[in-house]
Amino acid sequence: MDNRIFLYQFATFAQGQDPLKDQYERLWGSSRWITSISNLMWYGVSSLVLTLVIGFTLAALLDRKIRFENTFRSIFLFPFALSFIVTGLVWQWILNPDYGLQGVVRSWGWESFSFDPLYNPDIVIFGILIAGIWQGSGLIMCIMLAGLRGIDEDIWKATRVDGIGTVKTYLVVIIPMMRPVFVTSLVLIAAGIIKLYDLVVAQTSGGPGLSSQVPAMYVYDYMFKAQNLGQGFAASTMMLLSVVIILIPYVYLQFKGSSRG
Amino acid sequence: MTGPRGPKPKRRFSRNNIFIYGTLLMVSMYYLLPLYVMIVTSLKGMPEIRMGNVFSPPVEITFEPWVKAWAHACTGINCDGLSRGFWNSVRILIPSVTLSIAVASVNGYALSNWKFKGSEVFFNILILGAFIPYQIMLYPIVILLREMGLYGGLSGLVLVHTVFGIPILTHLFRNYFTSIPEELFKAARVDGAGFWRIYFQIMMPMALPIFVVAIILQVTGIWNDFLFGVIYTKPDLYPMTVQLNNIVNSVQGVKEYNVNMAATLLTGLVPLIIYFASGKLFVRGIAAGAVKG
Repeated sequence: MDNRIFLYQFATFAQGQDPLKDQYERLWGSSRWITSISNLMWYGVSSLVLTLVIGFTLAALLDRKIRFENTFRSIFLFPFALSFIVTGLVWQWILNPDYGLQGVVRSWGWESFSFDPLYNPDIVIFGILIAGIWQGSGLIMCIMLAGLRGIDEDIWKATRVDGIGTVKTYLVVIIPMMRPVFVTSLVLIAAGIIKLYDLVVAQTSGGPGLSSQVPAMYVYDYMFKAQNLGQGFAASTMMLLSVVIILIPYVYLQFKGSSRG
Repeated sequence: MTGPRGPKPKRRFSRNNIFIYGTLLMVSMYYLLPLYVMIVTSLKGMPEIRMGNVFSPPVEITFEPWVKAWAHACTGINCDGLSRGFWNSVRILIPSVTLSIAVASVNGYALSNWKFKGSEVFFNILILGAFIPYQIMLYPIVILLREMGLYGGLSGLVLVHTVFGIPILTHLFRNYFTSIPEELFKAARVDGAGFWRIYFQIMMPMALPIFVVAIILQVTGIWNDFLFGVIYTKPDLYPMTVQLNNIVNSVQGVKEYNVNMAATLLTGLVPLIIYFASGKLFVRGIAAGAVKG
């Protein structure tokens, strides 16, 4: 494909003397983009923390030589097989204010109980978070469990001889040893967060209003609905930039690790 | 039986164990709840749904919603239900899974056994490509497909799925073929076998488990795709996920929650069956595929 055609198309959609600068100024001046970024930040930070905590805790519990380990693992992991569309639609139904969680609690007699994240612009992103964690935490649990299994049994014996409690052993000895596993999990979760799109489409379609917009949705809407390629590409370049920022430390760590041994 | 035999059983219900099993059971509820809600809702009639809540079990079990979701639910002007989306998805799935795995396995084999100058650089670029967010490539691909005359048809979507599956699958196959002892390859070379002969007669039969992993990864990935489906096909040819979203989130008409949940469950059924049938191989597959763009 001829490069010039592409540049020409880019230029026709852009306005002003300096098309590039103009597009980015417009992007960062748009309240919709700012909402998208702030949503992604809230979702991203909460999802990172919660997924890591839940993933590690479940893995640690499963690693305590319990019975039915396989059953529990299957239960925690099965949502990961489902698509974001299916996940989003189920949780949309569970969070339905009339028939879902809120309706059930109200029918128990607590009439003023209010939990309708999908209809409340202030907390809508946390309604999406509930579904996102349901879908993705099983994978992290699996990765953490593999990491825990890789830890030498002698470590446990040594800490027991030293009289260190189980919880403290996990916090002080095991977690620092599992640094590479945590880095891998972090990259996986972060990559998943940036591409967050299907889940929002299914659960809220970006609403109510524009309150649950995310960057990937901004890109899609401007490119394919508004036919505004300049804004679409400006936004997607921002997404690429954030992936690069996440990847550089990861690649650096991997490279350092491999050159050492 | 004359009294207890064997060693004295250990006490199972220590305080620690109760805590562990209690937590695991409670967390399991959170994970199982949506599956339960999907099943019970899809078996209720609409009047029953309006009177009760999402968690109440069905009083009168009806399979009407399933029939309607499969054969009569409407999207736009088409009223032939999810079956259309299902067959579209199948028609997308089979060629793209076959093609991507065929290309990627040969790629992986060539990159581990037939190293050429710059093959490492080539491989690293390929892997980096897997990390780039799809959003940045969506529109350029539209132009490419349009120039090739494939835009809007199933073959265009198949091509896109094939290309985007290749980096991660190549990685998977390369890692596997690198782990096979090199002597095997050298012995075959000494015996006069060429590129394709070694691939088909030695490497491919040895890599069967990794082929299964690749199939699991691709089938679930492509079946669950939404973004590519909605962009590169037209309404008649939408895959199942896109059609499901259109059925459930359509603004027109009365909301039929039971039909919606039956449709949702139907769409989730294929990956769920694969998940429960494949067991541990599934974990290997997703761990490999989780980094995708």
